Amino acid sequence: MHIVVCIKQVPDSAQIRVHPVTNTIMRQGVPAIVNPYDLFALEEALRLKDKFGGKVTMLCMGPPQAEDALKKCISFGADDAVLVTDRSFAGADTLATSYALAAAIRQIGKEQKVDIVFTGKQTIDGDTAQVGPGIAKRLGLQLLTYVSRIADLDLEKDTITVERRAEGGVQVLQTAVPCLITMLEGTNEMRFAPLENMIHAARYPVRKWNKEAAGIEDVTKIGLKGSPTVVSKVFGPTPRAEKALMQSVEDATPRDVSLNVIQKIFTQHPTLERDILAKASV
Amino acid sequence: MSDAEVKKPAARGGRNLELPEHLKAYKGVWVFIEHDRGEAHSVSWELLGEGRKLADTLGVSLSGVIMGGPDEPLDAIAKEAYSFGAEACYIVRDPVLKGYRNEPFTKGMTDLVNKYQPEIVLLGATTMGRDLAGSVATTLATGLTADCTELRIDPATRALAATRPTFGGSLLCTIMTLAYRPQMATVRPRVMRMPDSDTSRSGTVIEDSLGMIETDIVTKLLDFIADENSNKVNLAYADIIVSGGKGLKTPDNFKLIWDLAKVLGAEVGATRPVVQSGWVDAERQVGQTGKTVRPKLYIAAGISGAIQHRVGMEGADVIVAINTDANAPIFDFAHHGIVGNAMQVLPVLTDTFREHIALRSRKAA
Repeated sequence: MHIVVCIKQVPDSAQIRVHPVTNTIMRQGVPAIVNPYDLFALEEALRLKDKFGGKVTMLCMGPPQAEDALKKCISFGADDAVLVTDRSFAGADTLATSYALAAAIRQIGKEQKVDIVFTGKQTIDGDTAQVGPGIAKRLGLQLLTYVSRIADLDLEKDTITVERRAEGGVQVLQTAVPCLITMLEGTNEMRFAPLENMIHAARYPVRKWNKEAAGIEDVTKIGLKGSPTVVSKVFGPTPRAEKALMQSVEDATPRDVSLNVIQKIFTQHPTLERDILAKASV
Repeated sequence: MSDAEVKKPAARGGRNLELPEHLKAYKGVWVFIEHDRGEAHSVSWELLGEGRKLADTLGVSLSGVIMGGPDEPLDAIAKEAYSFGAEACYIVRDPVLKGYRNEPFTKGMTDLVNKYQPEIVLLGATTMGRDLAGSVATTLATGLTADCTELRIDPATRALAATRPTFGGSLLCTIMTLAYRPQMATVRPRVMRMPDSDTSRSGTVIEDSLGMIETDIVTKLLDFIADENSNKVNLAYADIIVSGGKGLKTPDNFKLIWDLAKVLGAEVGATRPVVQSGWVDAERQVGQTGKTVRPKLYIAAGISGAIQHRVGMEGADVIVAINTDANAPIFDFAHHGIVGNAMQVLPVLTDTFREHIALRSRKAA
């Protein structure tokens, strides 16, 4: 069995700071990590490999330094890694990204037929959840999003049964392999990388593909050119026109401040007081 | 969030940003009406409210798209859609559309768009809407903007200017699809206000067929296991929420949030760092990557007010913020600010609320 896991290298968003004056992202010193959602996809792929044997190939599109993210995945137990990297991919939105990744998966499939493609639910920097479905459509793969559990995989019959998180419940879906699965977070726990794996990963020659090697046929469909969406403005939030009514415990006791706030809220919103009283009396 | 004019971006890298002639025929605003077990998802009505404003600005019509099985109440859902502002509903009724599956729904939506050519298509950012939106946008090769917090029409280009948080919620960006149609966007539940319903309104039904049979579809829906609702947190629809942030310093101090919530009959919310530290369950996270809430009262203690949190709660009617830092961003959009240590203020605030409620209840009795 051959599984391809798509990952993205992202800035650790918990550590991103915005310059207070220029409203630009201060990237310096922000560590790059494997998109945390993608690790659930990788762990699930590794579990299938443990059970059924086969090979797990990692795929990432990004700048040359994204190699580090792929090496991290090798240390967890992935077998091979491909970094699709080319200046012409810069500025890609989700449509252009899925085009490039789909082309690379086709190339990987030429070496060995791909049975399952995994992605994370979404990334923590873009938060769109669009690239997984996009790849599936481009490759004509059955799409299974928000999968919480793989209930059954039958490689004889090429069928897979999964549980998919839906609104208000869980769908049990059965489909054919090859398919694309976007894995829900919290569904498994990433294994530890043993020391020998880490050494192996550090020395692993990640394959780097430019647009030709990745099999890009139409250069108007990649990067900025291939992106229908246009970012017209990036900005910081604006304060409300009306400034908050401020009180400080330096000027009054917490008791007085509390009384003041409660009185103001309830005078301005009498229905709110009724709601609270109704609940309190139950 | 901002009234600043959206400037038309300059074409870079030989990119065409002019709308080609043949796409100018695309007219009208559509909302995908999501329904499940006979009931429409409220995010669809919230989108009709937003869609109405966009359609009115453009001077075009607003329509709903309803797909489902022949034994599902699609006509009743269409009636409800009219009451929330739709003028027409496109209905595709087919046995293979009973229960959401990507393949038939993608075909249904894609075919409708190609046939009737709307300029804007809005979907809820639910597990169904996101699954469908990503597939439809790729099939149609058009632009899709996820999890928008504001939708406007850019006066210069008449294009949809969709604003969403970016970089993990530390900034906002406005995104437009200029040279492609339709322009697609998803919006998370509760981000937009629920419009008023007027049941006297009516609309037109346009029925269409899917042209697919069960044997065409590879994926089978074997079962649906409904969630047990007994002890589920319903943060998104809570009237009162008391939320805590990392300013509370320790999980022990976070108990002060629960104390106040208990007195007010409120739900407890939290910021992303609090959830990541494991002080409370992930289902209590308020913000871009958590829940979007619209309570009548939101009390934020020890929360600085980063955009990622702000976009999840700024729709609250009344926001009370407690923070030691008088310059914290939360005071930019709170209605009442208390500058002080939350650990010191919360217990007093809780007692004062308790006394107030006791006093008023006695008077009422």
